Amino acid sequence: MFPELNNLLGTTPDGTEQGKLTLLCDAKTDGSFLVHHFLSFYLKANCKVCFVALVQSFSHYNIVAQKLGVSLTAAREQGQLVFLEGLKSSVDIFFHAQEEPHPLQFLREASAGNLQSLYQFVRDSLKPVDSGETPWKFPVLLVDNLSVLLSLGLEAVAVLDFMQYCRATVCCELKGNVVALVHDNRDAEDKENGILLNGLSHQSHLVLRAEGLATGFCKDVHGQKSVPIPYDTFA
Amino acid sequence: MAAAATCGAGVLSSGCVASTAGRSSTTSFQRRSKASGADGGGPRLLSIAGTRPSVRNGQLLVSTGLPALDQLLGGGLAVGTVLLIEEDKYSIYSPLLFKYFLAEGIVNGHTLLVASAKEKPADILQELPAPLLDDNGKKELEDVHNSKTPESDVNMKIAWRYQLQPKMQVGPVSSSRFGHYYDVSKRIPQELLGSSKWHGFFLPEHITSDLKGEPCSLSGDYMKLLQFIQNIIYTEGFDGSNPQKKQKNILRIGIQNFGSPFWGDDICCTENSDNSHRLTKFFYVLRGLLRTSLSACIITMPTHLIQNKAITARVRNLSDTVVGLESFIGSEKETNSLYKDYHGLIHIRKIPRLNNLTCDESDVKDLAFKLKRKLFTIEFLTEAAAH
Repeated sequence: MFPELNNLLGTTPDGTEQGKLTLLCDAKTDGSFLVHHFLSFYLKANCKVCFVALVQSFSHYNIVAQKLGVSLTAAREQGQLVFLEGLKSSVDIFFHAQEEPHPLQFLREASAGNLQSLYQFVRDSLKPVDSGETPWKFPVLLVDNLSVLLSLGLEAVAVLDFMQYCRATVCCELKGNVVALVHDNRDAEDKENGILLNGLSHQSHLVLRAEGLATGFCKDVHGQKSVPIPYDTFA
Repeated sequence: MAAAATCGAGVLSSGCVASTAGRSSTTSFQRRSKASGADGGGPRLLSIAGTRPSVRNGQLLVSTGLPALDQLLGGGLAVGTVLLIEEDKYSIYSPLLFKYFLAEGIVNGHTLLVASAKEKPADILQELPAPLLDDNGKKELEDVHNSKTPESDVNMKIAWRYQLQPKMQVGPVSSSRFGHYYDVSKRIPQELLGSSKWHGFFLPEHITSDLKGEPCSLSGDYMKLLQFIQNIIYTEGFDGSNPQKKQKNILRIGIQNFGSPFWGDDICCTENSDNSHRLTKFFYVLRGLLRTSLSACIITMPTHLIQNKAITARVRNLSDTVVGLESFIGSEKETNSLYKDYHGLIHIRKIPRLNNLTCDESDVKDLAFKLKRKLFTIEFLTEAAAH
């Protein structure tokens, strides 16, 4: 996690708000550093994290997380991290016969499907076991990223429905947080993506937006603080 | 594998990389496990011909066949990733980059997989440029192509115990050069082609007559190509599925004119294509296949023909490295004095950030290319471009 970003948001791993949806957005640049930040932040904050990683492999996130001070392998073994690797699963779904339903079931369908099985996977991962005793503070759902779901044949409405269900379960029922990354393809007149982005912006408590500049990137923060602060590249 | 000692919270200097690798008691030039080897790329040192680790993050790289482009991409093309070439308007220069990539594969002894809907793969391979080699390079090339099978039956008289040990890859790889130069005015020698291993996918040969909906929601053509690729990866062990194979190799996949009407897709013809997600789904599953195997892929696409800009944006997001070619032919830039020495512009639209938070972006964004009689060169423009 990045201490500067924590200072900006006024959060620390020990004290952070619960029941919130944070939207990460990038335009003309790569906003994945924000995903890495929140992943390491919530793991350090001793939360149970369900990470739906659709665009990179586990080893990529693991290597970056090690640089930020957490080990994803250890977290996964201890049960703190539930990691859904989208790329590997898609290959399994396409080329090997699957008997039981898979969270990414919609990949097999010909027409536009829905994300019900994915929602159930998230719910089963984050719901506390019956005993009620859990060593983790609160559950967190992290999605990288939602725009790729549109490329896989889903409509914006289906993705918004999924986020609505997740918010209801994770934020309201389980008092956890949801963080999701969406690309901003505004220049490309991507209507579906625009619908998704606008819909989620309205629902979120905090929107972090990374924009590309010629010399680096700057970050605007909307929501609690409305002062845009330019930043240099982080590394 | 490596212990999870902290690197110092918030310290993101490149010194961190060396210290992380140092703990696993090998050099920092250890291949990070992009491919899912049986043990996730343990502490063995791998040396595959024609590859080198990235100095930034240890990622395994292959050459694109154009050393200037390698430099702009941060050292080369990462194994397990897709390089998308956005074709120039009349598709004059993009086939060259395509051929450079394949030729580099042949020179390094990599296995090739060539897919095209317009030209037969065998014809594409015939037109590859000839490598420019000095004497050392020629000798290395012979080694790569002749001594594929190690001598297995040499009897050892004195050190007979060592004969019982399994044969190992000893020492540095045979082709120590990374990136070669090619002469586009000459064709690749037949003996090089003959000793190379390649697979071809020519779409008209794979079309069947069933037009019913497929169970796996991809256009039949794209699905067939994916299955073909997956089959090669699996049967030849590029995904680590045949652990008895000692000699690891890279699979270079080249797909030409992808998304054009030759591939049965209508995204270049209409704006509201019903099946636009077939193309993007292909890119996604391809990425999954590549990330779990020792392969690298080049795809050339006529993105200037795609009617719906959203599809172009999505395809760019789904590719790891994106390079756009803009030729001056037929445009007003042809008469611009700034560009008179060049044939077109190269736009490096995207470089991946793999195993890292940052990437090696070049400081200068104004790059132009020109095709001389023998060589394709990329240069920085001395003044800023007009736009």
